[in-house]
Amino acid sequence: MTDSKKENKILLAHGGGGRLTSHLIEKTILPAFSNDTLDKLTDAASLDLTSASVCMTTDSYVVKPLFFNGGDIGKLAVCGTVNDLAVAGATPVALSLSLIIEEGFDIDTLEKILASAGATAKQAGIDIVTGDTKVVEKGAADGLFINTAGLGTRHENADIDFDRVTKTDKIIINGTLGDHGMTIISQREGIKFDSPLQSDCAVLSGLIADVLNSGANVKFMRDPTRGGVAAVLNEIAAASGFTIELDEPSLPIDETVRAAADMLGFDLLDIANEGKVVFVVDEKDAGKVVDICKNHELGKKAAIIGEVLDKEESPVVELKTKIGGRRIVQMPYGRDLPRIC
Amino acid sequence: MDQACETLGRQINIMEVCGTHTVSIFRNGIRPTLPRSLKLLSGPGCPVCVTDQGYIDIMLEIADRDDCIIATYGDMIRVPGKDGSLEKRAKSNVKLVLSSEDAIKLAEENPDKTVVFVAVGFETTTPATAVAIKDAAEKNLDNFCILSGHKLVIPAMDALLSEKNHKIDAFLCPGHVSVIIGTDAYKPIVETYKRPCVVAGFEPMQVIEGIAEICRQLTNDAPEVISMYPAAVTATGNTTAWQIINTFFQPYDGYWRGLGKIPGGTLRLKEEYAKFDAMKRFGFNEIPAEDLTGCRCGEVLCGLIDPADCGMFETKCTPDSPVGPCMVSSEGACSAWYKYGRRRKRRT
Ligand code: SF4
Repeated sequence: MTDSKKENKILLAHGGGGRLTSHLIEKTILPAFSNDTLDKLTDAASLDLTSASVCMTTDSYVVKPLFFNGGDIGKLAVCGTVNDLAVAGATPVALSLSLIIEEGFDIDTLEKILASAGATAKQAGIDIVTGDTKVVEKGAADGLFINTAGLGTRHENADIDFDRVTKTDKIIINGTLGDHGMTIISQREGIKFDSPLQSDCAVLSGLIADVLNSGANVKFMRDPTRGGVAAVLNEIAAASGFTIELDEPSLPIDETVRAAADMLGFDLLDIANEGKVVFVVDEKDAGKVVDICKNHELGKKAAIIGEVLDKEESPVVELKTKIGGRRIVQMPYGRDLPRIC
Repeated sequence: MDQACETLGRQINIMEVCGTHTVSIFRNGIRPTLPRSLKLLSGPGCPVCVTDQGYIDIMLEIADRDDCIIATYGDMIRVPGKDGSLEKRAKSNVKLVLSSEDAIKLAEENPDKTVVFVAVGFETTTPATAVAIKDAAEKNLDNFCILSGHKLVIPAMDALLSEKNHKIDAFLCPGHVSVIIGTDAYKPIVETYKRPCVVAGFEPMQVIEGIAEICRQLTNDAPEVISMYPAAVTATGNTTAWQIINTFFQPYDGYWRGLGKIPGGTLRLKEEYAKFDAMKRFGFNEIPAEDLTGCRCGEVLCGLIDPADCGMFETKCTPDSPVGPCMVSSEGACSAWYKYGRRRKRRT
């Protein structure tokens, strides 16, 4: 009895490379991700790529809570890295996934998270081909951290570069702002709403492939995760030298998310998304890109939200507000804090 | 508004007293829609931004104790003391809460620690702190106390107007605070200083209507207190809320960041409730005077100088490492000036 109970928790020995490690890999990890490359359990995965033009990215995931409405850390770790590849104009090919687990972590919970990561990868049509597991002493990590790296081949139509952004280009987003961030914040703060908030956590490679396959002149793409749309547009303005104007009434926003943001004093432009992509598109293709998005289940609320204005010495991102006012949209500070007034 | 500017033939300065108005004005880009000679002065900002250095230093000292948990509103952790802020100290015994009720819960869940609630806010949050003390007293919760930095709006308005050279023509007063304090509270301001006090809501159109009403009063030279806030603002306010505030708290001459001591502007717990007073519990006699030498927030607030005239602006004082309240608040006058400065350069 005690033994089986013990076995349901992660022990330091699970990361020690011995019998418990093999057991963990065989019983918990492989079943979630099984594919021909991974199942060989070689030290390095061998891949045959169809193109010599390769993109690579990596990201670490430390989200709290581990499970949230609309996803969990496993799904997030796959979506995030796949999306980073997709917005760089790459077709995702393979992922690595590494775990840093705190001693005492529940193995059933780990299984759930890995199953979710596996299902998300499968849905995206991408294999998790290699990985690593480390266990750290209690207190040295907060439950579970995941790192993923991704490899992709460049889409033939993709030419994604700040330098291609010019005046009159349109800014497009595939749906509502801030759903992920407000879900996490509300859950962390223990706030309940009548209709629950739901993270938008999703794999965007399919939607982005549809857009690129259409031949639309997409000049730049980025997923507005941490720092939200405000951070992405400030980066584009700074790197391209062009001022960007946003139109407040055009911003797609879910009413419950808006209520949550108002209550806690957040600006949804600063809040993280996990299933959104911001496109900078040549003016004449903007309508087409919005239509393609709307035909995809992840783009039903797609909209043109702004445009690129003049090149300037100190470019800014400006918001035309509902009442016809204007304000500068700042690069967010870096940590969202609820305010009391 | 245009008419008011024309009739008066000079710049009109309207101060919004409360940070919530400042946020709305800022987020909705209201300033550029107003006539050029109509200037909105951001008042002392939010209650968090006006929390003085001495208070923060005491809070940080308490946070260093292992037997304490600091329960604080989120935006408080960035406000700097003499060296550092709660955020920069990155201590694990600092818990963010959304209400005083959450702080009480923390105390119940952690009987072996003393929970110190960072009690800041204007009249809108003070009643909730008072209720928490009442609750703690009834439950005999010995491991709960508060560090009171609660502030009162009217004494601050009074202090600003008693500054000799101030350039404030009128006040846009916050709706939610007014629900508690009532319109009568503004009467002395109108009577003594002949300045319009218009209570308005926080939606962009309500702000604009409030400004229009102020302009009307200024044109007719007929200052009065008027509430345009949709929710009921009575003459006497919410007496139940006042009663509970008065049961537990008493005003004293406390420091406001950058503004010095404001007579009767800060609340502390009454002697009877000393056991819930973190100051007394941890042996602090008095909140020390702050040293913000060089910070000219007082003059900025009164419309006497522009932030750029302050010697520390952009050098020692920036949004990421703020000195005065006008920079601490992300919508404060200095902070806004810092951001918009770039743009002004661009337009000329
Ligand atoms: S720039 Fe900083 S120091 Fe100077 S008045 Fe403003 S807040 Fe105070």
